[in-house]
Amino acid sequence: MGGYIPSTEAERREMLASIGLASPEELFRQVPESIRFPHISMEGGLSEMEVSREMEEISEKNRVYRSVFRGAGAYDHYIPAIVPAVTSKETFVTAYTPYQAEISQGVLQSIFEYQTMICELTGMDVSNASVYDGATAAAEAVRMTVDTRRMAALVADTIHPMVLETVQTYADGAGVEIRRVPSKGGRCDLDALREMLVEDVACVLLQSPNFFGLVEDGDSVVALAHANQSKAILSVNPIACALYKTPGEMGADIAVGEGQPLGMPLSFGGPYLGFMASTSALMRKLPGRIVGQTTDLEGKRAYVLTLQAREQHIRREKALSNICSNQALCAMTAAVYMAAMGGEGMRQAARACHAKAAYLRAALEKAGFAPVHQGEFFHEFLTECPVEPERVLSALANQGILGGLPVNGGILWCATEKCSRAEMDRLARIAREAVG
Amino acid sequence: MKLLFERSREGSGCAILPPLDVPECLPSPELMRKTPLRLPQVAEVDLSRHYAALEKRAFGVNDGFYPLGSCTMKYNPKVNEQIAALPGFAKLHPLSDERDVQGAMEVYFRAGTCLAAITGMDYMTFQAAAGAHGEFLGLLLIRAYHRDRGDFARKKILVPDSAHGTNPASAAMAGFEVVSIPSTADGRVDLEALRMAAGPDTAGLMLTNPNTLGIFDENILEITRIVHAAGGLNYYDGANLNAIMGVARPGDMGFDVVHLNLHKTFSTPHGGGGPGSGAVGVKAFLADFLPRRQVRKELGGYHFVDPPKSVGAVKAFYGNFAVVVKAFAYLLSLGPDGVRQAAECAVLNANYLMHALRPGYTPAIEGMCMHEFVLSLEALKRETGVSALDVAKGMIDGGMHPPTMYFPMIVHEALMLEPTETESRQTLDWAAGVMLEILRKARENPESLHAAPVTAPVRRLDEVTAARRPVLRYPF
Repeated sequence: MGGYIPSTEAERREMLASIGLASPEELFRQVPESIRFPHISMEGGLSEMEVSREMEEISEKNRVYRSVFRGAGAYDHYIPAIVPAVTSKETFVTAYTPYQAEISQGVLQSIFEYQTMICELTGMDVSNASVYDGATAAAEAVRMTVDTRRMAALVADTIHPMVLETVQTYADGAGVEIRRVPSKGGRCDLDALREMLVEDVACVLLQSPNFFGLVEDGDSVVALAHANQSKAILSVNPIACALYKTPGEMGADIAVGEGQPLGMPLSFGGPYLGFMASTSALMRKLPGRIVGQTTDLEGKRAYVLTLQAREQHIRREKALSNICSNQALCAMTAAVYMAAMGGEGMRQAARACHAKAAYLRAALEKAGFAPVHQGEFFHEFLTECPVEPERVLSALANQGILGGLPVNGGILWCATEKCSRAEMDRLARIAREAVG
Repeated sequence: MKLLFERSREGSGCAILPPLDVPECLPSPELMRKTPLRLPQVAEVDLSRHYAALEKRAFGVNDGFYPLGSCTMKYNPKVNEQIAALPGFAKLHPLSDERDVQGAMEVYFRAGTCLAAITGMDYMTFQAAAGAHGEFLGLLLIRAYHRDRGDFARKKILVPDSAHGTNPASAAMAGFEVVSIPSTADGRVDLEALRMAAGPDTAGLMLTNPNTLGIFDENILEITRIVHAAGGLNYYDGANLNAIMGVARPGDMGFDVVHLNLHKTFSTPHGGGGPGSGAVGVKAFLADFLPRRQVRKELGGYHFVDPPKSVGAVKAFYGNFAVVVKAFAYLLSLGPDGVRQAAECAVLNANYLMHALRPGYTPAIEGMCMHEFVLSLEALKRETGVSALDVAKGMIDGGMHPPTMYFPMIVHEALMLEPTETESRQTLDWAAGVMLEILRKARENPESLHAAPVTAPVRRLDEVTAARRPVLRYPF
């Protein structure tokens, strides 16, 4: 039985005696007898070796693919070796939230560097230290913009469905009304949006590239929102930000997104990273931890958790958000990833994603999978499927390829920098055979 | 110390990606980014050394004693890290076909079964990513339950004044009004005040037991009865479950919803502030309201199901899976006996340390404690001018991480210590020695403590200027 308890049984007896107790049971005299020491029926009590073996066996019941052409919110990018090497350092792994700044400068500085990189990537003024994932980042952003006069949020229908779900759930709690803006040709319908922008609209939330991989007209959406004194929230892909116009360049008030592409493994959906950045004007409305630069009493540059008057441990029910733990180690992962790639490397990754997706789209079109939408896309695209998608996907799975995601009778494909030309040719060939 | 941006040199960098093997294809120029992307340009060796230097300027459970009250800074077993990194877990796409992810679903299911047994609940869900996130979800469940019964009058959540700040904040986020319930002088819920507050507008009560003073409220059955009798539900904040796991179950105490912090009680590391996991457990009558994508075991394997009256989703996908893997591995190690033994040792260690400090320090509440205890340094402050903050900073120079300071808010000059079960008697003896020595210094040379710490990488910080004139990014 492994309890990771360092004291020996003899020591524990002595410790009990020193506080005047004869048995460990006496430690719990305050617990009503009727509920004390229930029978707990659960598995476990294994040695390290047995646990290790058992968990390996469970992991082998999962099937992982060497070639992944599925995205839809979780992306298979190359992770430089330095990333896990840094983020598995024991101190970073086992530290708590850096409340004690004097002995937490390492963690605080790493967050300050992360905040700077997120600002650079998104073109925004300030970033927080992260939230749980891209979906909760979008939900928190909506909450930032509402007030008693404006209690409605417009959300473009082309957003990731799980992000929409999360935004909706958070909004229900806050009494915010979510209105969905319809799409036209796979993109936000600007005419519909214009009509929906009325007095009580606090914000417009748009994802670009959207769920179908299409680049949205962010400039127009931001301009329309601002013309109605509503805030514009853009949800973006962090890799795409290296190549495409940034939320900052488009004039957005808040930029959010799923940070998983920045060096985090797929891990069946988590832990991932929600990044959030805003204009200076909204700085004091950002939820969660924020690290700021200051000096110590000798004048030495140092970092500290700041603007804490926004937070739950000070403001309690009047806080802007209840968030306490965030995704600090994932934020560090993103920072190490961005530093290892550099600006040029990030741009290279984004260009490769787009070029490969374009190549795959053409190859699939030739194989009988017509694209559903026209116009600019980043690294995902929806195609029709001449047969049941399941038939194509299992043909691919049999050859070790995870194909795209079945969506609306078609298939949503994704290519990243990891997909080689040979793999894509092979995929197109197998797909063609499956329909033929 | 230099920032990464100050180590950057034009032309330096790492060679990560190969040249393009397909024709270049750029977006149309009007869609492209114009602003330069100023990320650091550093070679791998510089990057590696930068973070090695940062690691030396931080403090984790691996570095030493970390008695941060309410945070359960227990040792994080290495094997769990190794297991979570197995390719079968780490490389698994969340939107894979169910038949490809049976192992992952099994982890969720079996971990849920273990935690349901420990808490006395019927179902567990793992979608919430942290404790506060779990609170938010739990409160949405309570809200959905009342509304489903056509009862829209229950708008209030009762929260004791000793509660964690996340409790009232979560209640507000879920659309409730917060009613603060006072504590008695000995740290218990004031039953009279509770009886007065509970009524037809009560949606529920949020309670931490043992509470933030480290006291197990022996009136617990009466407390939950009062709330149930008024038609409300009882919510258990599991932040302090480490004291009683295997010893008493929230489900038996009368709680309907619980959240657990897997990053506290179940040994997953805190990563400098996350990722965590806020597993939520419910009694069967709330199962229909659980978030979407619950794992159920049926003939032929595991399936995802959407409960019929689901509150929706509080996050994309299913939860912080890798964290749950680590917690499940820990549960497999401990088993039912190990779980109870962990609680016993945690409570023993806290009482032992409190006892060892008695020659100099005054607990806020007399009598035995559970897994943590709160000291009040009010008298010391009055007599010597040395505050709880000064003592905490002195502990840094003594070689340990300070306790939680100035919490709970109902105790003046509070220091809250939680040693956890993974500290040896030798460590506790040593820590008590360090703290008693600080007390001696406080009386003989209080100035030395106002100046502490002097051994840390930096001295005390100017937090006021940081908040007044915020510098939140490198200015280039």
